[in-house]
Amino acid sequence: MNNPSILIYTLVMAGVTYLLRAAPILIFQKKIENPFIQSFLFYVPYAVLAAMTFPAILTSTRCWPSAVAGLVTALTLGWRGKGLLTVALAACAAVYVVELILL
Amino acid sequence: MWNTMMQNNLGWKQGAKDGLPIALGYLSVSFTFGMAAAAAGLSAGEAVMISATNLTSAGQFAGLTLIQSQASLFEMALTTLVINLRYALMSLSLAQKLDPAMSRLQKAMLAFGNTDEIFAVAVSHPVVQFHYMLGLILTPMAGWVGGTFLGCAFSALLPEAVRAAFAVAIYGMFIAIVAPVARQLKSVAIVVGIAVAMSVTLHVCPLFSWISEGFSIILSTLAAAALGAWLFPVQEVHDHE
Repeated sequence: MNNPSILIYTLVMAGVTYLLRAAPILIFQKKIENPFIQSFLFYVPYAVLAAMTFPAILTSTRCWPSAVAGLVTALTLGWRGKGLLTVALAACAAVYVVELILL
Repeated sequence: MWNTMMQNNLGWKQGAKDGLPIALGYLSVSFTFGMAAAAAGLSAGEAVMISATNLTSAGQFAGLTLIQSQASLFEMALTTLVINLRYALMSLSLAQKLDPAMSRLQKAMLAFGNTDEIFAVAVSHPVVQFHYMLGLILTPMAGWVGGTFLGCAFSALLPEAVRAAFAVAIYGMFIAIVAPVARQLKSVAIVVGIAVAMSVTLHVCPLFSWISEGFSIILSTLAAAALGAWLFPVQEVHDHE
């Protein structure tokens, strides 16, 4: 993974993000009233996070049983409303323990 | 001078103070981002560069997974566009609260820091003054960038087996964001279910093997969010935030 390409990726991400934030402030002055677009924008973050997590999480670790352990841990704690860092670290711990046993 | 300060009693110091709880919240999320970035093979400098220029959680995490899969720049641009589309809506709403005396340059500067949380605090005021919002962006940004660096530096101290386990951190975080809301709102649970089903189908079914991972995510997102908007229109977008 070479540095220039990470720089370019960063510039693309930052550029698109900034345009989304700045363009409406600088160009439009009216509010979106369309209920379909409002609802669509409300659902997008959840849909995108779900699509990014599955099935990718299953191949993110060094073996699939550890990935399943991480997934189950995250689902259980996330369902109970635990904080982001707690859930993330607990999932990592589950992966670590399973890999310690299997690898 | 003294008089204007009195009039805009919500100066940058008050903004910075109001931003402090946001900064603390950002610390832990950006710490996770820093660890995930290190697990993806990025240096602390690169991770900090991403955090300082983007100032967005889901967008950066998504970007990280795309960098790892060496996606095309077009996929990167499109994914960022889809994930961060909500900022356009927030900026539209913020635009109506900004002090009318503000110059275009000042508005352009504030737009950079319009994150979900900063937006929520800013629009709770009837009029948003330039210096107040500048302060309100300052502390959360410090927390975001600082947390990223600490997360990266911290993982560098750890042995290889522990760092490898951090690869799952990103997804653990995604699940932590989605699960509580899906539990509360049936509509979100169904949208999430559709997105997962579609993403897995596109990934597993040989018929769709020509679709790259980035585009599979975009297609799944657009379809699930559109279906959700069609089946369960949201009454008040802000009742969740």
